[in-house]
Amino acid sequence: MSSSVVSTVSSQTNALASSKRASAQAALAYAKQARASSSGIWVGVFAITMSFAAFTSALFVREGTSDWSHLTLPTVLYFNTLILLASSLTVEMARRVLAAEPVQAGKGTSQKAGAWVWITLLLGLAFCAGQYRAWQELRAEGIYLATNPNSSFFYLLSFLHALHVLVGILVLAYLAVRLMASRGAIRRSLFDNTAIYWHFMGVLWVYLFLLCRMKL
Amino acid sequence: MEEGAVQQAHVHAPPTGFWRKYVFSLDHKVIGKQYYALGLVAVFTGMFLSWLMRIHMVWPAAKIPLLEHLSPAGAPGGVITPEYYLSLLTMHGTLMVFFVLTNAPFAAFGNYFLPIQIGAEDMAFPRFNMMSFWTTFLAWVVLMLAFFIPDGPPIAGWTSYAPLSAIGKDAGPGMQFGMSLWGLSIGIFCIASLLGALNFIATTLDLRAKGMTLMRMPLCCWAWFITSCIALLAFAVLLPACILLILDRHFGTSFYIPGGLVVSDRLQPHSGGSPLLWQHLFWFFGHPEVYIAILPSMGIVSHILVNSMRKPLLSAKVVIYSMMSIGFLSYMVWGHHMFLSGMNPMSALAFSFPTLTITIPATILTLMWLGSLYGANLQINSASLFALGFISMFVAGGVSGFFLAQPSIDIYLHATYFVVGHFHMVMGVASLFGVFTGTYFWFPKMTGRMMNETLGKLHFWITFIGTYCIFMPFHYLGLIGNVRRYQSFVDDFMTPYIGVHKFVTVCALITGAGQFIFLFNLIYSRFKGKPAPENPWNATSLEWSIPSPPPWNNFGDRHPVVYHDPYQYGVKGSKGDFVMQDSPEQVVPASGD
Repeated sequence: MSSSVVSTVSSQTNALASSKRASAQAALAYAKQARASSSGIWVGVFAITMSFAAFTSALFVREGTSDWSHLTLPTVLYFNTLILLASSLTVEMARRVLAAEPVQAGKGTSQKAGAWVWITLLLGLAFCAGQYRAWQELRAEGIYLATNPNSSFFYLLSFLHALHVLVGILVLAYLAVRLMASRGAIRRSLFDNTAIYWHFMGVLWVYLFLLCRMKL
Repeated sequence: MEEGAVQQAHVHAPPTGFWRKYVFSLDHKVIGKQYYALGLVAVFTGMFLSWLMRIHMVWPAAKIPLLEHLSPAGAPGGVITPEYYLSLLTMHGTLMVFFVLTNAPFAAFGNYFLPIQIGAEDMAFPRFNMMSFWTTFLAWVVLMLAFFIPDGPPIAGWTSYAPLSAIGKDAGPGMQFGMSLWGLSIGIFCIASLLGALNFIATTLDLRAKGMTLMRMPLCCWAWFITSCIALLAFAVLLPACILLILDRHFGTSFYIPGGLVVSDRLQPHSGGSPLLWQHLFWFFGHPEVYIAILPSMGIVSHILVNSMRKPLLSAKVVIYSMMSIGFLSYMVWGHHMFLSGMNPMSALAFSFPTLTITIPATILTLMWLGSLYGANLQINSASLFALGFISMFVAGGVSGFFLAQPSIDIYLHATYFVVGHFHMVMGVASLFGVFTGTYFWFPKMTGRMMNETLGKLHFWITFIGTYCIFMPFHYLGLIGNVRRYQSFVDDFMTPYIGVHKFVTVCALITGAGQFIFLFNLIYSRFKGKPAPENPWNATSLEWSIPSPPPWNNFGDRHPVVYHDPYQYGVKGSKGDFVMQDSPEQVVPASGD
């Protein structure tokens, strides 16, 4: 009898221990997954950088040919650059709000972070609208994609960058909705990685803008 | 967060329903098999195209039944036109390089075995993984469409050199819509490969089981990891190249098309572009692509050869470092494809030097394999035969690389059959031998059934002897000045050698027919093969510690812990002459060592 009691107790202890072990394992798996997402985003950033490096080398090769001319960039681009840099600041604000409560973000915190994400998203959209405006200004001057190699490179680089920004905007929209709706039930790693991607979009644009400014 | 943590205990739920299980599956094992199946379809298509080419080359008037229905313009009355020969050649190269050599050894086996071998439940991003397969599938569909449009497939070859690839219909049949489909297909393929490479890298870096240090990873995992790093760089450059090609073709830009170009008596409305730009971008991808094809096979062969030898390699570390050096050097050699494209002789020298340097790690690898074989109690089975065949092909094909790497000799050999023989052996067939090795070795794990060994050995001997008979004469033909891509041999100096071509064609038909033995074995053993135990080869790596075939979450609720490197063979273990990676027992050297 007593031995069966002991065994019951020990099996309960075992069950407790195994459930603890299971949750520790789950936490470990979660941490691994978060690390993998972080590696993933950096690898992605690297691949995009490599693609634009290839475009840059194409630009350098093309620069040496006879029909290379000059392109005056629309002034709205300076304004767009500022908007995109500002959006980098706002996404960083959101990240800091969430980082203040690392384990479980309360409703207030979540919504505050969500608000910053909405602002970032709107700034991102404003940037895309601004880029569209720049293309329209060029078209109004009669400068199209195939007009000369300079315009080809400008349209190509700015369009591909805008496409990447739009992908970022989609993820931001998902995050903003989730943050406003519930109690921060988003994966923190997803948020942090989106922020890294968004900062990268800013850095990439500054690089492309300088490249176009100096070379085209 | 705690809720999220519990959900994360399994990376995805057990699959239910036909579509989730077999079609849009998130399971890396199903995705690996899907890649394998796509590779199989592509390799038989590619082989069939090579048959058509070989037949046309030596019997130009031969009527091919049914071909007229596929392409009334390309094969009127079933007789292949010179242009259609080039279409077949383009599709053969594209299918083989992209959909076979990139998919089968890397994406197929890598997807299936990388997570299991490092003790993970799945790839890091299962959804991306599913997307990358279906994107690859889409790329294949787009490419194959070229056969069914009136225009036919492009005639530009798998390298699609600009400016002819960039100008449209003036460049010949297939160069209007067919070429556009090609560009689109390869662009899509790049996106798929980038997603795949990203997944492989994150998985290898972050999802390894406890105790699975980088140096304890099986050599094939190392090879897949290095390959994914190469693929990430390479496809990130080919994608922009394809985008520029599509812009030139459809949006009037002039990235590749020079001014004043007259093709088919028409002045092309472009100015100032650089045809060499395409070659630089393409070969910056193209040469590393050769290593994307061969490195996974090197890893697979190393891993499996050790198992058949029942003793460790002389040094697994040296193998890893050699593969890394090959990966690194692969980025410095692309110009050796362009010695004759109009290059400063100094830059030819600069590309020749690293090309010759890359033979050093390649030679070290070969010496590692051969040196380890010395004194080994080699077990002969289909897998180990193909592994040995791989080494043979790699050496035989690699030696001609020494000649081609030197600009002065390459001036003569460039674009001859010597080059065709070289790359078919060293990159094509060698890599396929790696795939065969992997198939015979891992089939029991993937399906739960053994393959037929007799048929496997028969397949090996036909393929091994057949490939030498096909590709060795190519070197000879190249040396006498036989230019590649010609569909018939009308020059006087070539007529005495048509007999050699006939010999090659007959060998190609026989060797190709031999592949149906493999196909039969694959299908027959899948359903009727002997049931496979958990560890039929007495192997040490983690995939052999789980049932055959593995359950959807690989290790069930077990979290494997790794104690050893994967090459503990020739020791005294509790199960025999090996100690498994996840076995906590001490390794005792066998007596006499």
